[in-house]
Amino acid sequence: MNQPKENGASIEIVLGRVLRLGTLISAAVIALGGAAFLVSHGGETPHYDLFHGEPADLDSVRGIVTDAVRFDPRGVIQLGMLLLVATPIARVIGALVAFAARRDVAYVVISSLVLSALLYGLLAS
Amino acid sequence: MDASGLSVLEFSLLLALGSLLAGLLGSLSGLGGGVVIVPLLTLVFGVDIRYAIGASLLAVIATSSGAAAAYVREGYTNIRLGMFLEIATTAGALSGAVVAARLDANLIAIIFGLVLLFSAYFSLKSSRERTAKKTPDRLAARLKLDGTFPGPNGIESYSVRGVPAGFGLMYLAGVLSGLLGIGSGAVKVLAMDRAMQVPFKVSTTTSNFMIGVTAAASAGVYLHRGYLDPGLSMPIVLGVLVGATLGTKLLARGRVGVLRIVFALLVTALGLQMIVSGWRGTL
Repeated sequence: MNQPKENGASIEIVLGRVLRLGTLISAAVIALGGAAFLVSHGGETPHYDLFHGEPADLDSVRGIVTDAVRFDPRGVIQLGMLLLVATPIARVIGALVAFAARRDVAYVVISSLVLSALLYGLLAS
Repeated sequence: MDASGLSVLEFSLLLALGSLLAGLLGSLSGLGGGVVIVPLLTLVFGVDIRYAIGASLLAVIATSSGAAAAYVREGYTNIRLGMFLEIATTAGALSGAVVAARLDANLIAIIFGLVLLFSAYFSLKSSRERTAKKTPDRLAARLKLDGTFPGPNGIESYSVRGVPAGFGLMYLAGVLSGLLGIGSGAVKVLAMDRAMQVPFKVSTTTSNFMIGVTAAASAGVYLHRGYLDPGLSMPIVLGVLVGATLGTKLLARGRVGVLRIVFALLVTALGLQMIVSGWRGTL
């Protein structure tokens, strides 16, 4: 930030903001869903000692959004987790845009490679 | 201890408390809270290791994003270097997550234990700053990886070396992250600080910057496999996030030498226990 007109300063502030905002929003959504979850399921007995996989609706982006819209507590928490995973992805998109604005072709390519690995993991794997 | 007999509410509160402590100690020691989440869940709470790894991945993303937001503004983080090396860590993370599904849970526990022992050892080795000016490395110069950081006497510049070796180590860091649900901060710092001769403070902040992206790559795979349980992950993510934020505030003042040793001993003990449990097949 000590280099006034160097664009290097602004990209750092933008990425810092994306990360902070993403973390805060996802934590708030998780806390909201968590409170509703504990109210409705707090008295039950947990079964995390045996792996049985999650129900199909909590395993995909579409299913999670559908559940969250119905305000199913587990769906809301899972939506918060999705936002959490999306935060670093948004950071990569932010960097991609910043490199594109500076016509830094090499780093546009590099950012796109990273972004496609992330999207593959989230959507296609 | 066994989770049986506890209600979801009691279990969640205990998890949140344990995760808060893990996040606090992790941020104070510089090891990251992620390395102790899986041992805590499996050894203490009796959680299946696949659920534990999924929850830990999410906690790692939360702490990395939270801390990176602060670090990136201070000017230490080398964004180009981070972005370039993320090609290796995300590729590694995807392969690690795919391999994790095929490995026996007990074998994963043994690998986890070995990584814990390495992390503990690594956290106690003192870092040294280098100021020697060297001739620029051609590959690093071409990728514009060289950078500057705010040193004690104003802005200092440094040049990056050993790009292929660093890139290879970053792939390994990604594999371990996807396989074990950790941030692999120790391996990332090793790659930059030692192999690429990046100043230590730049290495640690850039490593933290990369951890969230690395973990996000494998989190998608864990989600589709049904390894991310919302009820389990919720208290862990929130607990670790609060603990790590507290730790960063405390870190601004005060020395943490003793704490670092205590945490390293704890990590060593957990590492040995993971190896023993994995070996006996009791996990």
